[in-house]
Amino acid sequence: MAADSLSFIFLNTVLANNFVLAMFLGLCPFLGVSGKLETALPMGLATTFVMLVSSLCAYGINLALVALHIEFLRLIAYIALIASAVQLVEMALKRYSPTLFRALGIYLPLITTNCAILGLALFQTFKGYDFAQSLVYALGAGVGFTLAIVLMAGLREKLALSRLPSVSQGAALSLMLGGLLSLAFMGFAGLGGGH
Amino acid sequence: MSRQRDDRLTWETFSEGLWRENPVFVMLLGMCPVLAVTNSAINALAMGLATTFVLVASGLLVSLLARYIPRQVRIATYIVIIATFVTLIDYAIQAISLDLYNALGAFIQLIVVNCIILGRAEAYASRNRPLKAVVNAAGMGAGFTFALLCLGGVRELLGAGSLFGVNLFGPAFQPWVVMVLPPGGFLVLGAWLLLFDWLKQRSAEVAPSPRGETANGR
Repeated sequence: MAADSLSFIFLNTVLANNFVLAMFLGLCPFLGVSGKLETALPMGLATTFVMLVSSLCAYGINLALVALHIEFLRLIAYIALIASAVQLVEMALKRYSPTLFRALGIYLPLITTNCAILGLALFQTFKGYDFAQSLVYALGAGVGFTLAIVLMAGLREKLALSRLPSVSQGAALSLMLGGLLSLAFMGFAGLGGGH
Repeated sequence: MSRQRDDRLTWETFSEGLWRENPVFVMLLGMCPVLAVTNSAINALAMGLATTFVLVASGLLVSLLARYIPRQVRIATYIVIIATFVTLIDYAIQAISLDLYNALGAFIQLIVVNCIILGRAEAYASRNRPLKAVVNAAGMGAGFTFALLCLGGVRELLGAGSLFGVNLFGPAFQPWVVMVLPPGGFLVLGAWLLLFDWLKQRSAEVAPSPRGETANGR
């Protein structure tokens, strides 16, 4: 597989260079919202959705910035873009799909400060992906995030029922679990080969 | 100890970020850079200093401008202020050391979404005098840098057998490579948190603190 083919980019971002477990992006929701499966899955889906939208917009904005020779404004432009994209998605969902809005409602504003979104926009720019590649990259990042957070929630639900020393409950335990998951995902490293 | 609005500058203003409200070990904020760039002590130090600069500079500006910013758009304004300083430090690091810039990669730009900075701007800088805001931000930055060094030091020591690039154990050392790879970040931070929780639990058993003291947290 060529390093820039679409299927390679997808597999690479989902498994070998998973955004959460290999690149440490989006850890706040990964640690914060992974307590239960029923909240982890909507969070993952909402993030995937925002990733797709903001990746699309970031691609367009970057073209404009480059054309105007004001690349130094990229960071400020992206941040403003993501904040407004989240706002727009929220309004559109409320208008056209109230059911989905109710399911995702409280998670949407949280996504603005998810560094995976800004990271995605920055990385796709650094890598110089074209339009289709950017979209696949965003999809892969979203699927990878959902996979990681759902796996984590499953593990934590199991552990909630087991007896643990009182010291190790809380954040330390989640981090240790994250470490083990990350170790497991390193097994996919041969698939991707660097990024 | 009540949290009244007093303008007195005390040691507490600086030190709370160092230990009692350490952003990483106590509040668990800004996790992404904490784990991502701490595979060596030097990267950790650079990241800590860059974040401290942004914290202090944006704290000063937010504190000066707070009364002129309309409430409805304050978060957006703070973000733009922070993004401006991050762009500055991004270009500064690129000019000072290209190696360091490449090692830290996009994580310098990702300082923008570090929740510590926005959190401090909203919760502290906008409500306090500039001098106090700067001192507190410096304390928070020092606490953040300290935490990054704790992680980066341990990971470099175990994973490469060196500290700040200086080889400590000689050629016979078999590096524990996984420590400088992503899983090591999770495991080392988890281990530090376990240690601190254990210490806290022990000191609570030895000398149970009076009720009034604990109400200070959340």
